[in-house]
Order: sequence, then structure tokens, then C-alpha cells
Amino acid sequence: MTILDVKNLKKYFPIHKGLLRKLVGHVKAVDDVSFSVARGETLALVGESGCGKTTASRCIMRALQPSSGEINITIDGKTTDLAPLEKSELKLFRRHMQMVFQDPFSSLNPRMMVGDLIAEPLLINGMDNESERRARVRELLDLVSLPTAYMNRFPHAFSGGQRQRIGIARALALNPSLIVADEPVSALDVSVQAQIINLLLDLQDRLGLSYLFVAHDLSVVKHVSDRVAVMYLGQLVEIAPTEALFVTPRHPYTEALLSAVPKPDPRARQERIILSREVADAANPPSGCAFHPRCSFATDQCKSERPQLQDVGQGHQVRCHHARTLALQGVGPSV
Amino acid sequence: MPPILMVDLMTTSQPLLSVKNLKTYFALDDGVVKAVDGVSFDIHAGRTLGIVGESGCGKSITARTILGIVDRPGRIEGGEIWLTRQAEDGKPYQTDLLTLPLEGPEMRAIRGKEIALVFQEPMASFSHYYTVGNQIMESILLHTALSEEGARQRAIDLLGMVGVPKPERRIDDYPFQLSGGLRQRVMIAMALACDPHVLIADEPTTALDVTTQAQVLNLLQTIQKERSLSVILITHDMGVIAEMADDVVVMYLGRAVERGPVDAIFYDPKHPYTKALLRSIPSITAKPRTKLATLEGSIPHPFARPKGCPFHPRCAEAIKGVCDSHEPVSIAQGEGRDVSCFLYGGQP
Repeated sequence: MTILDVKNLKKYFPIHKGLLRKLVGHVKAVDDVSFSVARGETLALVGESGCGKTTASRCIMRALQPSSGEINITIDGKTTDLAPLEKSELKLFRRHMQMVFQDPFSSLNPRMMVGDLIAEPLLINGMDNESERRARVRELLDLVSLPTAYMNRFPHAFSGGQRQRIGIARALALNPSLIVADEPVSALDVSVQAQIINLLLDLQDRLGLSYLFVAHDLSVVKHVSDRVAVMYLGQLVEIAPTEALFVTPRHPYTEALLSAVPKPDPRARQERIILSREVADAANPPSGCAFHPRCSFATDQCKSERPQLQDVGQGHQVRCHHARTLALQGVGPSV
Repeated sequence: MPPILMVDLMTTSQPLLSVKNLKTYFALDDGVVKAVDGVSFDIHAGRTLGIVGESGCGKSITARTILGIVDRPGRIEGGEIWLTRQAEDGKPYQTDLLTLPLEGPEMRAIRGKEIALVFQEPMASFSHYYTVGNQIMESILLHTALSEEGARQRAIDLLGMVGVPKPERRIDDYPFQLSGGLRQRVMIAMALACDPHVLIADEPTTALDVTTQAQVLNLLQTIQKERSLSVILITHDMGVIAEMADDVVVMYLGRAVERGPVDAIFYDPKHPYTKALLRSIPSITAKPRTKLATLEGSIPHPFARPKGCPFHPRCAEAIKGVCDSHEPVSIAQGEGRDVSCFLYGGQP
């Protein structure tokens, strides 16, 4: 059952220039992105900086107003498109979708005690009884494995991992169905990162949550996600079940991305695929396929014709003219 | 550009840089932070030493201590840093950098010329007010006899060498006009400007995307081969260590807990911290939706450094009455290997 269904999402930022602030173009940060997330599923949105993954997730949360497209969310069997809703109408839906942020140091108000931080969403959503709120906060701290005695402390007293747990408890306060997690573990040390990854997996099993997991670290993505969507210059270039995407990637960009990840094994040193050049300017994307200037398989067709997302079977979609003919390398089967 | 390192220095069996029992403390109002507390390692010509550890383990302060650029209130409390140098007649000799005055002419001649540093965040370490050409030329003019014109030409050559496209135009760009990857390349060009023998790279790719990281790591490998440079690579990323390092030092709370060749560290780790760290890395070949082995607790605050072995509260193999009260010493474990842990001897 689908909980989130994003259709043709676009977010264009205008570029103004000159004395009269004339409109000279657009940065197509998110350019026609469609995907869905099923109940209890984790979809990872991956890509490098500037690919539009964060912008897409913020549009879905309606922290940004999308330029066009649909954001359909299904709550209790009823589907609503969030894109055209007004602020006041959105409030009803906010409790069902919550965010976990990247930086646990800047996302918690340093002047609020942990108990108040976690209780804030409860208060806003009409839980007026203080003892009821305290009880719920205790329950939530318990859920993220923090001692309830921490309620009366301020965020500065906690380590990065503990703060991230507080952020997660706050996101869970209203029993949401969908969690949008934007790089939730990338600011953490390796030993702590593992704890938070396990916590997120655990909470998902216990509460039946759906995750939209925005990340750049492909090893982390491999551990948490059911499906993966790869973005490049505002577009989805490949979307597939996790295992298929890692073992048999069908887009040259995905292949290069997988190859570039340093493997923690000194005996597996190998030639990496080194992409030439850098990501193109999103305000002035290349003609045809956006990836063609960096692609070693590019043909004349790629330079002139924009590829469409095509289905190659088993829920695997690729935006590449040559998806069916290329033999690309993945990371090898899972062990 | 031929490397200026002469044969003598290359073939000497002496390590190019030998760090012994280094200690750097920060005296703060709330107590003393022992950022680096007794770290030793050697680095030989043409090899890469990886220093790996989590935040607060003292890896960056170790690098800064070697160059004598620790910010106040940091103080170097003890140790030796022996740099193998070349006398006028080409013969190698050793100097203990810690005996040189920090602001003296000799230390200034070493910084940038014999030992160079690549910083983590290129945007924070460049000046915004000068072009990248100006900033590269500064150290060339300081350390060599080249004229302004010669220095500019050398800067252009360096930019070309590190793969900056159109170097003769890019040299007049300001740092903010460059992308993250290009900035890091310029940073490396700047570090190589005076043909250093030792390059310290402090998290050189942490701020970069993975495809850009692959480009920069490749560049470092190529340059190292061409000039048989010794590299000290500081990172928190075990993947980068596995790809780049010949020898590894694992640090935890200011201590080098384990040291050894890269293969041994990954395939036969001795210290419980190294073992736990390796187990907790997410793997790209893991089965989807599998839990990771975790290391309990978190890194203690530097003020609340545990007594005895600093790792004992998180260690599954800690020995009661030993690890929580006595400090382990470094125990040799064969050629080029040692570990600071009571499990391997040295119990009181």
C-alpha cells in the first residue's frame, strides 16, 4: 500500500540579473521527479551535492513550495495532494509526516530542555495536559533508548549520537506514518553511526514507519533501504530495489558512484572508475542526457536526445538510451 | 619538475620523520585536555601512513604539532619529532623539530618547504581576498629564489599538474569561484609548490562528494608515485585508509592504540577498539536491511577522560581491576606492529 506518491515534482529557482532584476533563467533543482513509498518501506534518495535530493525532500514536506507536480499522501485510506494546500490546511497532515535532520547540533534549540523539546510538537497539536505530555515524553525517550532522567537537561550536555536520538524522539512524538530523514547519520562518528542506523531499523519494525532516507553514503544506504532512487542534476536517473541497484546497476552514473566508494578492505584495492570533469551547472544543464559530458559510453544520440525513464523489468527504471545494451559493473553479490 | 630529493635521502634506512611519545595538552579553565598523549610513529620515504580515529582522538592536533602550528592554549608538553634533512653536501642528518623555536627561521624554512599540509576545508583555509595564483606564489617566493614571473609560471605548471583545467586562466580566479573539488586540487598544488618531502593531508576528501573524492585520491597516489613523497593521511574513513595507506596508526582519545601495516590492521586487528571499529562500518556489500555490530556508548568528553585505559568503559574485553586503573603501555607485536592493551601483556 502506497503512503507517499510523488508525481512530476518540479522545483525551479528563478535567477534574476541586472538592475531591474530581470528574470534570466531557472535553476532546475528538481526536474520532473516521480516516485512512491509504500507503507513500512524505506526508499533512499541518493546523489551528490547539488543533485536536488534535499530540495525534493523539502518540497515533499512542503517546507518549500514546489513549482509543479503532485505530492499524494495516503492517511487512513484517504489520499490527499499536498502541493496545492494552504498553510492552515497543511497542519492537519504535518503530524503524519515528520523530519529527522542531519546536524544534531544545530537542529535542537539550545535554550530548551530535552523534555520540552520533545513535548513541543505534542503541545502544538493540542495535548494540553502536562502530566500526559510528560508521560508521552518518557515513553519516547524509552523508545530511543535514552534514560528518562535526561528530560531536564539541555542539549549541550549530550553527544552527537544522543542528540540524534533526541531528534528522532521528537519526530516520533505524534506517531507519524512517514519519516523524511535528511542525512541522519552523516554527521556522526562511525561507532555512533552504527547505533543510529540500528535504531532507525528497529523503530521501523516496531512502529511500521515508512522512511524517505536522503543520503549520500552508499554503504549506509545499502544497510537501511528497500529501494534506492539515484538523482543527478535534478532528475531521477535510476530507481530499483536495493540489491538490484548495487549488484546490477543499469545507469553509467550509478556504476561510477558505486565504484568510487572506498572499500574498507586493503586486499580489494582496484581501479576505480574516475569520472572526468565535474557536475554541470544546474542553471545551464547540458543538452540531451544531462550526464553525457562525463559518460564514457555517450554517443551522438546522448548529446541531442533527452532520455526518458524506461522500465527494464522487476521495478527497475533507468534514464539512459543504452540501458539495455550496456554491461555495467556492480559491487558484487551481498554477503 | 624533477623532485629535488637526492638519492641519499631516498635510500637511507632512517625514517624520514620519526615521532616519539608526542604530547600536546590544552590547559583550559575546566581542566587539562590531553589532546595528544604519547603518540609515536615513523614514516619512511615514499610511503603513506594513515592516521585513523573518530572525532576528538587527536589526529589533527598531531599533524599541527608536527608543524608547530598548535593554536593557544595548546602546548607541546613533551616528545621528539625527528626530521631527516639534507645538509649542503647532500648528507642526511636529523633535527628534532621540538628543539627549534616555533617562530624561528629554521622552523619557517621547514614549514611549507620540507613538510607541507593539506587542510580539510579548503574554503576555510584560503584567503578570500587573494587570487589562488597569489596564494600559491606566496610560498614559492618565500622559499625559493625564483622571480615573480618565474613563480607565476611555476604556479601555472603546478595547477596543470593537479588537473586544474585551463590553469593559465584559473590562476587569476579567487577561491570562491572554484568548486569544492577544484579548490582541493589547488590546495594540493599549493602544498607541493616547494617540493616538500613530507605531505600531511588532514581529511583531504571529507568535504567532497564520492566521485570527486575518487579523483582527488587518485591524484594524491599519482603525485606520490612521481615524486616518492611521504604522505601522512589523516582520516576517519576506514575505506580511505584501506585504499591509500601502507601503514596505519589507530588513535583513540589522544592515544595511538594500535599501529601496523594496513593488511594486518584490517585482517588481524589486535586492539578491541580497532576490532569494534571495523565491525561497525557499514558495508556496501551487506545484505539490505541488516543491523550493524555496534560499539556501546559514545566517545567520552575530553574532560571526563576515563581512568586507566581510556577505552575500557566501552570495551567488551576489559579486565576488571586492571584496565580501569592502570594505563596500558605499547607492546610490540612483531615487525612494525604494536598495540596498547593489557590483553597482550604488560599487566601490572
